[in-house]
Amino acid sequence: MTEQEIYADLSKKFGDKVIEFMEEGTLNPTVVVDAAAIAKIVTYLKDDERFQFDSLMNLAGHDGDVEADLSVIYHLVSTELKHYITLKVFTSRVEPKVASVAVIYRTANWHEREAFDLYGINFEGHPDLKRILLEDDWEGYPLRKDYVPAEFYRGMRIEKVK
Amino acid sequence: MGALNHKFNENILITSLDKLLNWSRSGSEWYFQFGLACCAIEMMSAAAARHDLERFGAMPRSSPRQADVMIVAGTVTLKMATRVKRLYEQMAEPKYVISMGSCANSGGPYWQHGYHVLKGVDQIIPVDIYIPGCPPRPEALIEGLLHLQKKMREEPVLAKKED
Repeated sequence: MTEQEIYADLSKKFGDKVIEFMEEGTLNPTVVVDAAAIAKIVTYLKDDERFQFDSLMNLAGHDGDVEADLSVIYHLVSTELKHYITLKVFTSRVEPKVASVAVIYRTANWHEREAFDLYGINFEGHPDLKRILLEDDWEGYPLRKDYVPAEFYRGMRIEKVK
Repeated sequence: MGALNHKFNENILITSLDKLLNWSRSGSEWYFQFGLACCAIEMMSAAAARHDLERFGAMPRSSPRQADVMIVAGTVTLKMATRVKRLYEQMAEPKYVISMGSCANSGGPYWQHGYHVLKGVDQIIPVDIYIPGCPPRPEALIEGLLHLQKKMREEPVLAKKED
């Protein structure tokens, strides 16, 4: 199935929860969906006979611009039917909230923790959402475009270039 | 040695105790077996058959209690820095530190944007030998260890320190 066909099916099934189909300016044709509905959509794509998206290749947080919203990108693959789809959700910078897919794909558990760690995106329904790379007492989310490094961490100097 | 064979009744060496101790210490630089990044690959290479660190009595120990030298081989992240400091404190005196590679020396390529990297391991523990390189070749590590041997041999252990 092509991405275009999958998009057509999804928008018929989920209506306004499927926001747009992006083809220009992206590496893979991408379906932008609602952040709260991502878990339902992914479950549908996984369980439906025609899609059989049995594997989540990648889940990544993304921050493109200080003014813009944060986003999360999902790369799904069907090892059975050999087709791919890329999903994307946008969430506000002030209160980033996305439905977790960690119980649907176990791969997503650590990926979502990474996105939480570095971008501060809250995945609702995640079984164990805590920092994965940085220490628990770290302040801020370093991969955000507006992140300003602290001067000290536990008394150790984080030097800034003048 | 042929001319000297069987010319002595007993084997007697005369030296100062300091020299004897330092000779034995410098000939057994047991280093703490841990690596932090790609420098550790060079360290492993230095320890393996081709470069063979054991020629110099240097061998890896898995416990800080048994190690004399800590080779900080790689990027010291702030998260790891707290662990490095604790491991250093667990080593028994006399202890030495070799800072291997640009990252451990100064933060290396993480100097500008490394929000998570300690800019030089000497900020948390005293360093005896710095080895430049990214990563340094095994030969450079060997030279560092030989410099450390030299440093050990010149240290007073029992004798009074000259002011």
